[in-house]
Amino acid sequence: MKLEELRFGTELLKRGFASMQKGGVIMDVVNADQAVIAEKSGAVAVMALERVPADIRKAGGVARMADPGIILEIIDAVSIPVMGKVRIGHFVEAQVLESLGVDMIDESEVLTPADEQFHIDKKQFTVPFVCGARDLGEALRRIHEGAAMVRTKGEAGTGNVVEAVRHMRNIMGEIRSLQGRNDQEIIDRARDLEAPPDLLLETVRMGRLPVVNFSAGGIATPSDAALMMQLGADGVFVGSGIFLSAEPERMARAIVEAVNHFEEPSVIASVSKGLGEAMKGLDVHTLRDDEVLQYRGR
Amino acid sequence: MFTLSETMRCSSIVGVKIGVLALQGDVSEHISAFSLALKATGRETGSEVIAVRKAAQLSDLDGLAIPGGESTTISRLIQKNGMYDPIISFDGGIFATCAGMVLLAKRVDDPRIKTLALIDIDVQRNAFGRQRESFEADLEVTGLAGTFHAIFIRAPVVTRAGPGVEVLARIDSGIVAVAQGRHVALSFHPELGDDLRMHQKFIQKLEK
Repeated sequence: MKLEELRFGTELLKRGFASMQKGGVIMDVVNADQAVIAEKSGAVAVMALERVPADIRKAGGVARMADPGIILEIIDAVSIPVMGKVRIGHFVEAQVLESLGVDMIDESEVLTPADEQFHIDKKQFTVPFVCGARDLGEALRRIHEGAAMVRTKGEAGTGNVVEAVRHMRNIMGEIRSLQGRNDQEIIDRARDLEAPPDLLLETVRMGRLPVVNFSAGGIATPSDAALMMQLGADGVFVGSGIFLSAEPERMARAIVEAVNHFEEPSVIASVSKGLGEAMKGLDVHTLRDDEVLQYRGR
Repeated sequence: MFTLSETMRCSSIVGVKIGVLALQGDVSEHISAFSLALKATGRETGSEVIAVRKAAQLSDLDGLAIPGGESTTISRLIQKNGMYDPIISFDGGIFATCAGMVLLAKRVDDPRIKTLALIDIDVQRNAFGRQRESFEADLEVTGLAGTFHAIFIRAPVVTRAGPGVEVLARIDSGIVAVAQGRHVALSFHPELGDDLRMHQKFIQKLEK
């Protein structure tokens, strides 16, 4: 066996990496100290950012990829995988993150889109991508472009789980509704969903998305996390919910345990005791259309 | 892969019960790989593959798989869920991949992980680098004909193997597959591919 005979960046390696995250919690962090807390609390990976989504909302303006200095500082601080966000369609930001050694790239609606027509051609990269989706068609379009993992979008930075629930129910419900249909009917449905027909057929056959599907966007408590797991998520991203809560370390541990024991209410009850205040949160219905992040990219 | 006579011999064998440690990681891939391996060796009847979340489930298992995932996370959850001592005293065989190998080792280059020390090896985590350095390769594995297509994802490497440890595969100078007694530990992920010979060999060993 010689090192020259190795193959890198294959679809199997990308999707395999995503599989290793299953049953886990991926936490947003903005510096090395937070990354260390996340790792100690049992996070499977961290998302390195300049600001958590709730603060991006507050700051306004154009939200871009984080400063490479922050990302490198976080990479050096922990042994778990480090992910980073790039703007939708901004393939140069993605090239930059890949060169820094980021383990997975999130092409994210939380940042201001750089391209309103095209998403990144993710097959050109060695590192895997995760992308947001609100429904099955969107999820399958992203997989077709090369995403190795999907996350339901929810509404980031609100601490309100309602949109995460809506998007997970959309995807899981659509897959359930297609069970028992024949290929012709499924291909017909693919046109309505604007989904690649082959991927839709594969999804219906498997009874689930052909890649790992996490939940994101609004998870603020251990019960929120367990709710998303019971609705069919393979794991959860927690953004502002941890480090904007009163006691981040306890909240982080509690969410990890709630995901591990998502079908055991007594465990969720015990980890939820005395956690202090969760992040304040926003009613999604009070947002103007241009403030709703999930509408970005489709 | 199996000759007719082997298949016939296998079909008379009593079933085995295998558990997959289901705390975090690629649990469902291990469950389906073991189910297919049991089927391929004619052991479907009487056999069972289950997800193991509690220590009490270990008692009637013949084999336990520790999947790939994040070793710091799985290590923490093993302790949190009171499974550390029960796994150490488990008397069946253990099949460990990637993070599982890290957990079975005697020593690991990371104080954040409390290993189970069930195989006399030292392990270096993420030995090949980050995800962009993850790779696929065709390996020669002791006891298998031809090569084995192996998938390495942020994989660990064995840096020391004790005298009682059988080295099954290497990449250059790095040891990537070992066995000791009925336990097997692999740096790579046979559960992600179609070649189930590693699983089948493990099952055969459980019956001896």
